[in-house]
Amino acid sequence: MNFGEITLSHYLALSSLLFLIGLAGVILRRSLLIIMMSLELLLNAANLALVAVGRFQGLPDPQVAVFFVITVAAAEVSLGLAILVAIFRIRKTTAADQLASLRF
Amino acid sequence: MEAVSFWILASGLLISATALVAFRNPVTNAVCLVVALVMQAALFITLEAFFLAAVQVIVYAGAVMVLFLFVIMLLDVKEEARRKASWAKVVAVVGVGGGAVFGATKIATLFPFAEKTLHWGEGKGGGSAAELGKLLFTSYSPLFLATGVLLLVATVGVVVLCRRDPQ
Repeated sequence: MNFGEITLSHYLALSSLLFLIGLAGVILRRSLLIIMMSLELLLNAANLALVAVGRFQGLPDPQVAVFFVITVAAAEVSLGLAILVAIFRIRKTTAADQLASLRF
Repeated sequence: MEAVSFWILASGLLISATALVAFRNPVTNAVCLVVALVMQAALFITLEAFFLAAVQVIVYAGAVMVLFLFVIMLLDVKEEARRKASWAKVVAVVGVGGGAVFGATKIATLFPFAEKTLHWGEGKGGGSAAELGKLLFTSYSPLFLATGVLLLVATVGVVVLCRRDPQ
């Protein structure tokens, strides 16, 4: 790997590392709040890969896709946090391993 | 110049993301997430996606982070109890990580523009608000309208979910 010249593979390697860190957060952490923050990392890793490919290809279309991803992510976060608050009201916890049963 | 900014931003992004996963205090996690999102916005600038960098800061580092902090405040989330990390898990994560990076660099060489290096100013203004706006309101206008419906549905859903029962 060449350190002086930045190519597409540098950005894709960074994106895959970021995705991996986010995935580790989703798997290892138990608080639903932290799991949602790690999900944001996953989306950001995908965004970074899309923008990098678009930049090196010379097309602006992937940036439009990333724009939509950011919009959907904002909607997802608001709905997810609303569900989190609703769960917390009923069960008084946000630990994922204590929310294993579907009835309340 | 391009290389130096890339390495600084990439290491900052990875360090803050690791800190987000590693630390136990929810407020610390939120601050780490802000740092990671701002680093990502700066990386968008190095890729000449200026409009996306602005959107990233406004929507993610602004609106989404405020939501997270409000929920942390509202729920009074406690620190997670520590668990012992097993060496098998650490070895598995490092192994999968090495494989993922190796695979990504291999995939990158399959693109026809894989040998191209990053030079500042070659993006031809493709990332400006004017260019993206043109695309959004012409070829992608149905998707843009669908996004409006999505946001409306999300708003209604949040209001319904957070409403207390009248009785």
